[in-house]
Amino acid sequence: MSTAMNVRYLRRRFWNIFNLGMAVAMTLFGLFWLVWILWTTLSYGATALNLELFTGDTPAPGSIGGLRNAFVGSLLMIGVAVLIGTPVGILAGTYLAEFAQGSRLAGVTRFFNDILLSAPSIVIGLFIYAVVVVPIGNFSGFAGALSLAILLLPVVLRTTDEMLGMVPGTMREAALALGAPHWKMIVQVSYRAARSGILTGVLLAVARISGETAPLLFTALNNQFFSMNLDKPIANVPVVIFQFAMSPYPEWQHLAWAGALIAAMAVLVLGLVSRFLIKDRSPR
Amino acid sequence: MDDTRDAELGMREAAVPSPVVPSRIGPARLRRLHAMDRGFRWLTGGLAFLVLLLLVGVALSLFLRGWEAFHHFGFAFFWSEAWDPVTENFGALVPIYGTLVSSLIAMLIAVPISFGIALFISELAPEWLRQPVGSAIELLAGIPSIIFGMWGLFVFAPVLGSAEPWLNDHLGALRGIGALFRGPPMGIGMLTAGIILAVMVIPFISAIMRDVFLVVPAMLKESAYGLGATTWEVARHVVLPYTRTAVVGGVFLGLGRALGETMAVTFVIGNAHDLHISLLDAGNSIAAALANEFAEAFSPMYKSALMALGFILFIITFVVLVLAKLMLWRLGQGQGKAGL
Repeated sequence: MSTAMNVRYLRRRFWNIFNLGMAVAMTLFGLFWLVWILWTTLSYGATALNLELFTGDTPAPGSIGGLRNAFVGSLLMIGVAVLIGTPVGILAGTYLAEFAQGSRLAGVTRFFNDILLSAPSIVIGLFIYAVVVVPIGNFSGFAGALSLAILLLPVVLRTTDEMLGMVPGTMREAALALGAPHWKMIVQVSYRAARSGILTGVLLAVARISGETAPLLFTALNNQFFSMNLDKPIANVPVVIFQFAMSPYPEWQHLAWAGALIAAMAVLVLGLVSRFLIKDRSPR
Repeated sequence: MDDTRDAELGMREAAVPSPVVPSRIGPARLRRLHAMDRGFRWLTGGLAFLVLLLLVGVALSLFLRGWEAFHHFGFAFFWSEAWDPVTENFGALVPIYGTLVSSLIAMLIAVPISFGIALFISELAPEWLRQPVGSAIELLAGIPSIIFGMWGLFVFAPVLGSAEPWLNDHLGALRGIGALFRGPPMGIGMLTAGIILAVMVIPFISAIMRDVFLVVPAMLKESAYGLGATTWEVARHVVLPYTRTAVVGGVFLGLGRALGETMAVTFVIGNAHDLHISLLDAGNSIAAALANEFAEAFSPMYKSALMALGFILFIITFVVLVLAKLMLWRLGQGQGKAGL
């Protein structure tokens, strides 16, 4: 009998150690991919880095050049997307947190906002193609910025909603008790208290859209030349990376890796800064 | 920062000169302030409503643009494997199949790995290791998908391609599932796409699993430990049953991501409009077909067929995401009640 107990005990011990060992192995496995991908980007990208990258425009096959037009186009579109998407996201998030807290409409809006947040970006690109590019008649940087704004909006909305929800009600009541109108209370008390949290949301959203390729394929398209005109197709980093990486020309592939490295660095830095901002808040 | 805010509030309090205040704010100003209040409320409410409109707008516009194809091919569009831009004969079967199969492969790989990672972070890792490991895995989620695609095409596909003859010889020789692993060892195809998708969704799924594992009340776990359960037994028989719905919800959220992922898949799936049983053969997914062909689709019917594909993708992901949210929401509800 005691040996049977022993066998049972040993079996349980074995499975415990085995499964926990697997958990450790899985974690190492996950980290292994991260290191592999980052190392690939770094080693391929670093060899292609040079000053020409920022001064030259995308070259014809066989000649050398840089990605200046793509960087400018991407920054322009991200800037316009932030200008459009951030106010809309913050104000809509304000409604959920300040006016409709706990109401059915707020619940439904939150639910569908989360769906929009995870919706495939390529579908958003098709949507903008259908409602902006087709009626206007040509691809444009503005359409690209609009599709990025739609990708940015749900992230900003959600963080604003969450961060305003963390502002203590007593602070609001204090302002209202002093006779402040509701909107003034929100702008001067709630927004101020939640400022760094909302900023974090915007940064996270920018990180998300800055590597986004799929929607730009149908909206901003690409432009071989330097252009700052948002009415026309405009060069942008992700689509240039896509075209150059898929091309058979080694010069283009090098440029694609350089672009990928810079895009990855930008996203990682934005991620680290927003993480730092969150950490800055959490002890309080 | 708190101090200055307090000081400011205090100053404003001091500046209010006792009960004479109403006389300073005339009825006209009061009305204006009230109007601004209402205006602000309407503005924010309208913009919140815009989110709902956007979602409806996406579905509607894709459906209308795809209507020509839906109408012309009828229901046969869903199970026709034709895709011929020259004769304008289109069917959605190959891309739908590719989307579902590549995502299924991704889930088969990603779910156990994510579970292991979440278990490690929430139950095993010492305190000082949790944050760095969690952050590192989340970094993986932040890498733009196009980089996954390039890495997949230039680095991972050759590695897998060199392993595929072995798959052919060993797994391919099996009866039944063997057919899945017999094919050209090019490193490009459904299997590659599935593996890369798995790497992409592991951070999402493991982050959700970790978060829901952490809401399991310590008392429940301590009770099991008190009865002599091992760590694994606590995870298997206490933590997992308690969080089951939310875990499935997290898996569905990852599935939603995988289904709609475009760039990573486009690079490695091979973009062939043929139906193959072998996972080593080139295939196509809805998102990859859109990314590759949309710019070249000049005939209205071709464009409409692609739009119809987009609509199908939207509906599939919508259903998956709604299920995911509902399941995650249920844990939130239960937790809310237990927490009170």
